[in-house]
Amino acid sequence: MDKSTNVLIVDDYKTMLRIIRNLLKQLDFDNVEEATDGQEALAKLRAGQFGLVISDWNMQPMTGLDLLKEVRADARLRDTPFIMITAESKTENVIAAKQAGVSNYIVKPFNAETLRDKIAKVLTHA
Amino acid sequence: MPDGLPDQERIEQAVRAVLSSLAGALTSTEAVLLGELEALGREVARAKSEIAALRVDVINDSHIPAATDELDAVVEHTAKATNEILDACETLEGLAPRLSGEAAEVVAGAVTRIYEACSFQDITGQRIGKVVAALKAIERRVAAITSSFAPAEAAPAAAEAAPGQRTEGERLASGPQLPAAAASQAEIDRLLASFE
Repeated sequence: MDKSTNVLIVDDYKTMLRIIRNLLKQLDFDNVEEATDGQEALAKLRAGQFGLVISDWNMQPMTGLDLLKEVRADARLRDTPFIMITAESKTENVIAAKQAGVSNYIVKPFNAETLRDKIAKVLTHA
Repeated sequence: MPDGLPDQERIEQAVRAVLSSLAGALTSTEAVLLGELEALGREVARAKSEIAALRVDVINDSHIPAATDELDAVVEHTAKATNEILDACETLEGLAPRLSGEAAEVVAGAVTRIYEACSFQDITGQRIGKVVAALKAIERRVAAITSSFAPAEAAPAAAEAAPGQRTEGERLASGPQLPAAAASQAEIDRLLASFE
């Protein structure tokens, strides 16, 4: 997997952003940017070049699922690998995310190994 | 009907007035029904008195705001503590280049485990958010009850967002499940694989 990939992490909990950033750093991903909700993330995605999005679900004013739908509807962004990383663990949530085009789905609390495996999987298939 | 009387007395007077005006013209069934009506009126008046005595307004004015403030403080303190822990971890990671291979690996492994454990703050924050939402729902219902029994004193209840105005993402966002009800990562992986 390409460790130079630009990664956008999206979460409304600053602490969670910091944890994911540090775990990514341990995996040698150094090009990491942050956003605290879907709208901010979408603006950054449209302004930049990102090879991976790792997003929480439950955020305001735009949720992770709504961000995913916007990404998949955007001709330039639609192929960007998108991992949902969330405490939403109900089957209907996973199905809705899959139908919206999620690349992989991690349920919180998660461990570093799961994060590494899912990133490797989606970047390999990208 | 005389003004200035308590509700209970006004209801009883009204029922007695109806009964006396109908005296002699009632069948036994109608008399029983009117008796039931009188008893019902007394029950309503008693319930109103009891609700007034409970001071439900205090729940909205004091108890619920105090509870939500306490919960907000829990989130704030756990966030602060978690950030202190992360500061310490980053300091340890900064030392890694100066450690020998095995020691560096042990420190890196321990720091990773601390990062993983620190995600508790996100989960507890979301759980507390659900409790606050439940308290606010109780607050709205208490306000509705207070309003129906004492319109002049009732505060307007905050409106809930209509389901039709929410996106699918908002509608499905319900926060962490309790452990017994939550799907595991392995179950989610199997579900995702079933689409392929």
